[in-house]
Amino acid sequence: MGLSFAVSRFAKRSEDYQNEIQITVGYVYRKASGFPSVGVYNMRRLMQVRALVLPIAGVLALVGCGGGASSSAGTVHVIAVWSGQEQASFMAVLKPFEDQTGIKVDYESTRDEDAILTSRVAAGNPPDLAAAPSPQLLSQFAKQGKVISLNDAVDMSALQSSTAQSWIKLGEPLSDGKLYQIFAWAAVKGLIWYDPKNFQAKGYNVPKSWDDLTNLSSQIKGSGTTPWCVTVESGSASGWPASDWLKEIVLSQAGPDVYDKWVAGTQKWTSPEIKQAWQTFGQILGPNDSNTYGGKQYILATNFGDVGTPMFQNPPKCYMLNQASFITTFFTSANPSLQAGTDFNFFPLPDISSQYTGAHVVAGDSFSMFKDTPQARKLIQYLTTAQAQDIWVKRGGKLAVNKQVSLDDYPDTLSKESAQIIVNTQIAKYDATDNMPADMRTAAWKGLLDFISDQSKLDSILANLDKVQATAYHS
Amino acid sequence: MDFSVLLSDIPTLLAVIIGVPLVLVAYIVGGEFLIRRLPDKNRPQVRPWLWVGPALVLVTGFLLLPAIATVIQSFESNAGAFVGLQNYGNQLADFPSGGAWTAIRNNIIIWLIFYTLFVLAFGLVLAVLFDRVRYETVVKSLIFMPMAISSVALGVIWKFMYSYQPPGEPQTGTMNAVVTFFHHDPVAWLQDQWPNGWGVLNNLALVGAATWGITGFAMVILSAALKGIPGELLEAARVDGAGELTVFRRVIFPLMMPTIVVVGTTLVIFALKAFDVVYVMTNGNYGTDVLAFRMYNYLYLSHNYAAASAVAVILLVAVVPVLIFNLRQFRAVEARR
Repeated sequence: MGLSFAVSRFAKRSEDYQNEIQITVGYVYRKASGFPSVGVYNMRRLMQVRALVLPIAGVLALVGCGGGASSSAGTVHVIAVWSGQEQASFMAVLKPFEDQTGIKVDYESTRDEDAILTSRVAAGNPPDLAAAPSPQLLSQFAKQGKVISLNDAVDMSALQSSTAQSWIKLGEPLSDGKLYQIFAWAAVKGLIWYDPKNFQAKGYNVPKSWDDLTNLSSQIKGSGTTPWCVTVESGSASGWPASDWLKEIVLSQAGPDVYDKWVAGTQKWTSPEIKQAWQTFGQILGPNDSNTYGGKQYILATNFGDVGTPMFQNPPKCYMLNQASFITTFFTSANPSLQAGTDFNFFPLPDISSQYTGAHVVAGDSFSMFKDTPQARKLIQYLTTAQAQDIWVKRGGKLAVNKQVSLDDYPDTLSKESAQIIVNTQIAKYDATDNMPADMRTAAWKGLLDFISDQSKLDSILANLDKVQATAYHS
Repeated sequence: MDFSVLLSDIPTLLAVIIGVPLVLVAYIVGGEFLIRRLPDKNRPQVRPWLWVGPALVLVTGFLLLPAIATVIQSFESNAGAFVGLQNYGNQLADFPSGGAWTAIRNNIIIWLIFYTLFVLAFGLVLAVLFDRVRYETVVKSLIFMPMAISSVALGVIWKFMYSYQPPGEPQTGTMNAVVTFFHHDPVAWLQDQWPNGWGVLNNLALVGAATWGITGFAMVILSAALKGIPGELLEAARVDGAGELTVFRRVIFPLMMPTIVVVGTTLVIFALKAFDVVYVMTNGNYGTDVLAFRMYNYLYLSHNYAAASAVAVILLVAVVPVLIFNLRQFRAVEARR
């Protein structure tokens, strides 16, 4: 209604312009040419002028409307990957900031952030701030000197007292003592989600050890149902959910030292430790992916967000799935009646090797500043505060990095438990593939897709990954 | 939309709206003024350059120089050191599965041949058949409609069409609903590299989606060519006792040949440039990579400008013969007139 009103008003206004200008031009023309009246030639001329005037008047009118809306306190342009429910949560985080400062946040959402940011930065037209789900992309811009050091933009002493040192370290990718990224929210990876009602109905127990887990898996398979749900489609990042399995297995099976060397590119993919992790993942999937609902075709063809759907069907099509803590948002948006705790719950992936008890992979959303404006400085400082992080925490799906966010603010017992994992984990390691160079990361994802298609190709997949590893770290 | 950015720099805005046309007019008027001062015999030699000049400058600045820079970059490492043919070597290594070979196979065999063939065949058949019905405009509009959809939206639509659910589940994708209706197991159209990892099935699924989008274009142009054939010719053929199939084969088809070739070569170039459908539907996974997408990945994902340049040059080399053929054909057609 508002739009049609505006359109009709605009049409009327431009018609007025048109008449007015027509009269003026007619008058001027008559004067200049000395013709007593508006002749045929003159008429045509008027039509031409009209044709020109309309669009120009339109542009000017639109400019006028647009200009009036912007506020005096300035704007901040932010790019991130959040859309839908997640975007709504981010907007809720920004709301108090906009209200307090009068600064307008201009948010742009994209699922192909690497490409968008790369081309914007190359064109000299970057956003003021960008949030990335993997620090590697922003670190690359830090290396190129395209992002601004945050040491004097954020309150460093407050940051150091409120945020774990490991998160701050991750924001200093160049190890030059300069902070280039701040982490706002985090997720715990490697959580095994299940439906407690299904477990109860069948008398299954939550596995405490890796052997329990594999036994449970074969028990479920023996009863005629597939134990696992796995889905890995994710647009340009297809394959990453499978890499979550791999990272968790490497960390828990081979330990943090191998994990670090693997991230740094000094542990070969064909080395026995990494190969064993792939084979362990293969055992989870079962021969020819027979442990998973729908087999390889379904795994490859289905979006990661839909992973839980078959588990909540009656009767369930699978009993367990591995995903980070954020997946609850997808559970409840697909099926709003689901209740955390009663309809879905999780247990941490059991330790594979007793040597590395309580090892977990974590990941987070980091922000970098590309343009040094007072507004951008204010916003990035705001995002480090407990006040800002708390808003999303309360809305569910994210865990705060700021320790001052009270555990009581988590909307359900589940997210509180995940938050405790972040605090209590004995061996916390940042997401491996997200910290590898882009080439390596993409190749690993593709390798996992190939592995799911055909597990017998493991040796050639790993050999190929070694080849990528040899070049990816030097470019 | 926020247009306030337009007002943020009013001098520039004015310079663009008023200055640019002014400079162009001044260039033409001034140029003509100078040419009129020249001796009569020199004017025809100079005048074309005046008019073609701006276009030449633009083509040189935005096409020729970047192309040369790309070729130079393809011989350098990403850091800028000369490395000879190493970038090409990397792309052409490990035949048949490594390097760019999957992308080359998909571009040259599947996209170039099948996409061109499908679109031409469908376009021609539809144009000829619809020419004979009363409701021609209506059906032609319907077939043309997908042209109005952006290729990204097209990819998303077809992703739904090809969607896969395990056997026994209700199939949400149209294609699998049809397949299971005939008691065949559902097919993972976009992931299944049938036969035997050669990737014919999923690549053809992508080609099918792209064909749906562009058939209207071929149909409309071929239909226009068909309408350009004089009715007397067809009548004469029929009077001489030719059946409808013979009329098509011996009269319509040869007369339409020049148009078919032009549409065909355009489609070949489209096929070599194939990007958006692949990007949206499979992201080059499962053996569906194409050269343009490979270049994009090097550029934006790996930030490897040297490798991206090498792929771009390979693509250019693949397109040049088609372009030469297209130009020759064009000249031949012109000469016949």
